[in-house]
Amino acid sequence: MNGAKSAVAGVREILARHGYEPRHLVAILQDVQAARGYLPQMALEQIAGALGVPLSSVYRVATFYRSFSLKPKGRHRVTVCLGTACHVRGGSQVLDALLAHLGIEAGGTTADGLFTVETVNCLGACALGPLVVIDGEYHTNMSGERAISLVQKFSQRAQGRSRYGEDTGERRRRS
Amino acid sequence: MGKTRVRDAGDLDALRRALLRQRAAVRRTIAISTRSGCCGSGGAALFRAFQREVKKRGLAGKIAVRQTGCHGFCEKEPTALVLPDGVLYLKVSPADAGDIVAAAASGKTPVERLLYRDPETGAAVAHEKEIPFYAQQQRTLLDANRLVDPMDIDDYIAIGGYAGLAKVLTGMSPQDVIESVTRAGLRGRGGGGFPTGRKWQLCRNCQSLPRYVICNADEGDPGAYMDRSLLEGNPHLILEGMLIGAYAVGSSQGFVYVRNEYPLALKHLTVALKQAQERGLVGEGILGTDFAFTVDVMRGGGAFVCGESTALMASLEGRAGEPRAKYVHTVEKGLYGQPTVLNNVETWANVPLIINKGWQWYAQTGSKASPGTKIFSLVGKVNTTGLVEVPLGMTLRQIIFGIGGGIRGHKRFKAVQTGGPSGGCLPEQCLDLPVDFDTLTESGSMMGSGGMIVMDEDTCMVDVARYFVRFLQEESCGKCVPCREGLRAMEEVLTRITAGNGTEEDLRSLEDLSALMKDASLCALGTMAPNPVLTTMRYFGDEYLAHIREKRCPAGVCRDLVQYEIDAAACTGCTACSRVCPSHAIQGEKKKPHVILQDRCLKCGACFRACRFGAVKRG
Repeated sequence: MNGAKSAVAGVREILARHGYEPRHLVAILQDVQAARGYLPQMALEQIAGALGVPLSSVYRVATFYRSFSLKPKGRHRVTVCLGTACHVRGGSQVLDALLAHLGIEAGGTTADGLFTVETVNCLGACALGPLVVIDGEYHTNMSGERAISLVQKFSQRAQGRSRYGEDTGERRRRS
Repeated sequence: MGKTRVRDAGDLDALRRALLRQRAAVRRTIAISTRSGCCGSGGAALFRAFQREVKKRGLAGKIAVRQTGCHGFCEKEPTALVLPDGVLYLKVSPADAGDIVAAAASGKTPVERLLYRDPETGAAVAHEKEIPFYAQQQRTLLDANRLVDPMDIDDYIAIGGYAGLAKVLTGMSPQDVIESVTRAGLRGRGGGGFPTGRKWQLCRNCQSLPRYVICNADEGDPGAYMDRSLLEGNPHLILEGMLIGAYAVGSSQGFVYVRNEYPLALKHLTVALKQAQERGLVGEGILGTDFAFTVDVMRGGGAFVCGESTALMASLEGRAGEPRAKYVHTVEKGLYGQPTVLNNVETWANVPLIINKGWQWYAQTGSKASPGTKIFSLVGKVNTTGLVEVPLGMTLRQIIFGIGGGIRGHKRFKAVQTGGPSGGCLPEQCLDLPVDFDTLTESGSMMGSGGMIVMDEDTCMVDVARYFVRFLQEESCGKCVPCREGLRAMEEVLTRITAGNGTEEDLRSLEDLSALMKDASLCALGTMAPNPVLTTMRYFGDEYLAHIREKRCPAGVCRDLVQYEIDAAACTGCTACSRVCPSHAIQGEKKKPHVILQDRCLKCGACFRACRFGAVKRG
């Protein structure tokens, strides 16, 4: 398979960039996650082999840090900030409303693969909370209602695409 | 665009003077806060609009437009500050660029519609220094954020940057530097408050080489973002601080550990480092001396515990970020088992000031035991949120009511949470306490890294305690039992209370668990974790009792104790509530009274806010 081969080459290139140094394990995993959107098991095995460390050690680091994921993510990543300043202004209600609307649990991905909703402990934009980040873009002073209408815009766009059978540029770039 | 190397201290000074000559023709500079994480994607368009207007009016070379980091007035960002006059425009959009440039060129009447307005009189205030938010601050560190583009080292050099480094390399011994920092009384700004000079001395006393210096930029306390602002807005200040520290302790390798959630800080720091290398201020033979120093920038993995020094070092070594017991301190055996000095971003930022202006000058500000200024993030239910820099020793009241303008929406102040998850919640009777390293600790909270989250009557203190315990329970690394299991047990108890199933026995359990965790946890995450619970129990015990005895949440926050209902007599059937309900729990025909299906209701309060007729009742 061509895809699998190029994935192996991609991880090898990341390993080489970090000089195959076990002390750069966190950085290596970050780069793989950035390239693939998550940490596939094959990549973890490849990294363990190349660095000469047990797979369990790689797995330990990969599961310790919050920014790593062992599962693929949805096309749009929705992050709800639950920092204290967002919390006192109703951040958890925003999260509850979003989850109810999408019918998933925090950390989960919708069945159509469109959204993954995650939480973060603080994004440092505390003066402007509650904060919701969608695909890296900050949306400030959120309420449940406003967050849902943002998400609806994305789903409408996706529906529009499938109705006209249009191939999305985004998909192509990701693979 | 490559930069030429600065050969020695004289060369640095010549470069600074040349830059000032080049810029002498600039009459006014418009500093716009577009290089800040919270400014978001609109920043680039705003900058282009200003540039276009300057060009269109043939003012290139006379009016400069500078992209800067955060100005701290978060509520009103993006802002545009016209220098040297100090006229400040708020909530600026690309459409405003023309008027601002024209006003700056004439130097006369400012654009009135974009000025700050006094909330009571409605009078426009043009000058930054006259706005109450700024007037009561002493922005020794943050002021420079307006003067430099973080992506251009020359801006930093032009305002006297790296002069502190030149001063120590040409005229001070490492011992002199340590002496200055010690006598200045600088204490660790990350929250620990350990005397920085003493830390450096202990490290220098170790014979073993190499020695490392680390900048802790893993700003994890929710509600605190001053380090992000410094790194994004003025990264060279941090690098210069680290260079001076490295020289003092005899280190040639530094690390900056940047939080994963701060991509822009990482970017600005990386660019700054590259430019400092080109200028020869980082690398071999710095300023013509034999001092060498390199810096590696590393990204964190999103673990709160990595703000703890030994966990951070484990993470830098590529391991899971778990703390270790500190029988041997990290100044002796830190990163890779070598002597290591680790300081927080804001601590490093203070170092060049102490060197440039002298320890005597520095020690004059602030209180005797806590000299200098401190940046606080004033957030939550306060009128003006933002980053606030004041001398240590100012009271909570001065900060919250003087600078922050009091509580939003004419509500009542209930508490201020300081010190992040390791701190506590202080009530009204504590408002006249001075904020410094020692006083707040006596009241059961702590100053910590500087988060200040203001809470009003709509905040439930039991919910806040549960919030922090849950936060810490998720972030506990799990290495030691008291922290891992203690937090889990505490969360269970607090959840029970917020659900209306608590007993008075539960309050004693919370106290017992707290005492155990304080005594037996491995690192500060566990030993300080009871603070939010203990302070809320101490100062807001009646709220706990209301939840336990009356099954009532006085603030109307705890979901299981709140119910929303529609008063059929007041409901006009306008459908405003049913349209905003995320769980489709509200039913009814148009122009007829609506009802809430309780089994579907999420208790989010959207209907309560949407109803214009007061028909949705919270009970």
